[in-house]
Amino acid sequence: MKYMLIMRGTDEAYDAYKAMPFEEVIAAMGRYNEELIKAGVLLAGEGLTDASEGFVVDFASETPLVTDGPYGETKELFNGFWILEVSSKEEAAEWAKKVPLGPGSFIEVRRVTEMSDFPQDNEFVQREAEFRAANDPTFKL
Amino acid sequence: MTTETGATDAAGIRRSVAAVWRMESARIVATLTRVTGDFSLAEDLAQEALADALEQWPRDGIPRNAGAWLTAVAKRKAIDGWRRRERLDDRYSAIAHDLESRIDPDAAPWDPDDIDDDVLRLVFIACHPVLAREARVALTLRVVGGLSSEEIARAFLVPTATVQQRIVRAKKSLAAAKVQFEVPSRDEYAARLGSVLGVIYLVFNEGYAASSGTEWMRPELSQEALRLGRVLAELAPREPEVHGLVALMEFQTSRFRARVTAEGEPILLGDQDRSRWDRAQIIRGRTALARADAVGRGRGAYALQAAIAECHSVAPSTDETDWDRIVVLYEVLGRLAPSPIVDLNRAVAVAMATGPATGLRLVDEIAASGALSGTHLLPSVRGELLARLGRLDEARVELSEAARLTGNERERGVLLGKVAALGPPDA
Repeated sequence: MKYMLIMRGTDEAYDAYKAMPFEEVIAAMGRYNEELIKAGVLLAGEGLTDASEGFVVDFASETPLVTDGPYGETKELFNGFWILEVSSKEEAAEWAKKVPLGPGSFIEVRRVTEMSDFPQDNEFVQREAEFRAANDPTFKL
Repeated sequence: MTTETGATDAAGIRRSVAAVWRMESARIVATLTRVTGDFSLAEDLAQEALADALEQWPRDGIPRNAGAWLTAVAKRKAIDGWRRRERLDDRYSAIAHDLESRIDPDAAPWDPDDIDDDVLRLVFIACHPVLAREARVALTLRVVGGLSSEEIARAFLVPTATVQQRIVRAKKSLAAAKVQFEVPSRDEYAARLGSVLGVIYLVFNEGYAASSGTEWMRPELSQEALRLGRVLAELAPREPEVHGLVALMEFQTSRFRARVTAEGEPILLGDQDRSRWDRAQIIRGRTALARADAVGRGRGAYALQAAIAECHSVAPSTDETDWDRIVVLYEVLGRLAPSPIVDLNRAVAVAMATGPATGLRLVDEIAASGALSGTHLLPSVRGELLARLGRLDEARVELSEAARLTGNERERGVLLGKVAALGPPDA
């Protein structure tokens, strides 16, 4: 089964990271990623650039509105993810606990849906399957 | 009671302990084998430490550095054992010093420069040729994969006691043969690596095409084999066949969800809904095959099989498959690793590339050689080709014979279905 580990951080986490030498942060994450690879569980993973480079599409009004933010009430920004293939939910939890993060950071762990989670006779499920068959996956290492 | 994982019940904590064990066991046993110089003892100590964890963690919570905890407990047990037997030699003092000096709870319990080589040595021990095949499989899944004897027994449909016996006997055989904790020397390396790859592929196949019983596939077992393959690919990245095997397993796994109906009936390659193949996994397969090629030592038997699987994986349909290329790949494979199974597969590919009559001639040659007699494979392929040639009565006989010979219930169902599809025999 596949799980997505979603990295979320508050301003507290951001400030703490800014105070740390960048090299150190990179090295710690690098060691963690290497451990995932060596354990044979890492399928995909990406980090995201600073939220100031991103934007938000808000569906509150009839016409979706593109804004620079704010990102809503939650001050936890989504910074990156891993997709792991593990044997149990508990294994996903143990890997999540090993992510080198400090106070103000969270790892949200979610199971990745599989085709079997959806009714197979649904037209759109079938079309998505065809799309997946015709296209390379968006996620890559 | 709430632990750090959030598991609140005893069963949940046991699952967490099992998860930690799967993640850490290979490094723990490898480290203990290095410090004690005794694989069998190391495995016993590790299991005892695990038993302690199962007793203590539900009460105290899972420690932050669980691998270090388990390793330290096992080392302490080693010291206690030696102390009782008054064998206070150099190994004893080395470990005792080690235990005293490690006060940093976040430090890894092993030397990061040595641990990969140690795990590789462990893999070579578990797959050692002095062991019977079943023993290699059981030992590898237990010490490298971190599976319990119960899990291994369930996966292979044998009693737990059988697995435990295999492991006990395997450890005795290794001790009797004085098997060393080492990476094999250059002259035996290829053969020893071949044994390791063989064990992994055996586990994979046990899950992919269950040889007995009513289940067509046991995907968890194949998944575990694939994981072990990926682990090995990082431990021995300069070995093309390791990547070849990983590629092969990725390609084959990519078809899992297209391979059975909702009722568990198998669907053969030609009839599979290719939109259900896992594209991300196919790309991982192609990446692994490219890694094998990048080593620059040519393709071995696994890489060639992976290349054949790749041809299927990238083809939109059976008709649009590059059968000529597959024929060539089977020819190369047949020269490298001669086998009647490869010949039979080549015959099928030839039939697809140039027509059933040519394929049938090749199948008849294999039949005449006596190879594969008594297996369901020969009549299964013969029946299929005869059916395509319109020789329905002969096809019916062959497919019925194949159904009689197969050991897999699901496969028997498929073959009998083909017989039925030919319609009733002419009166």
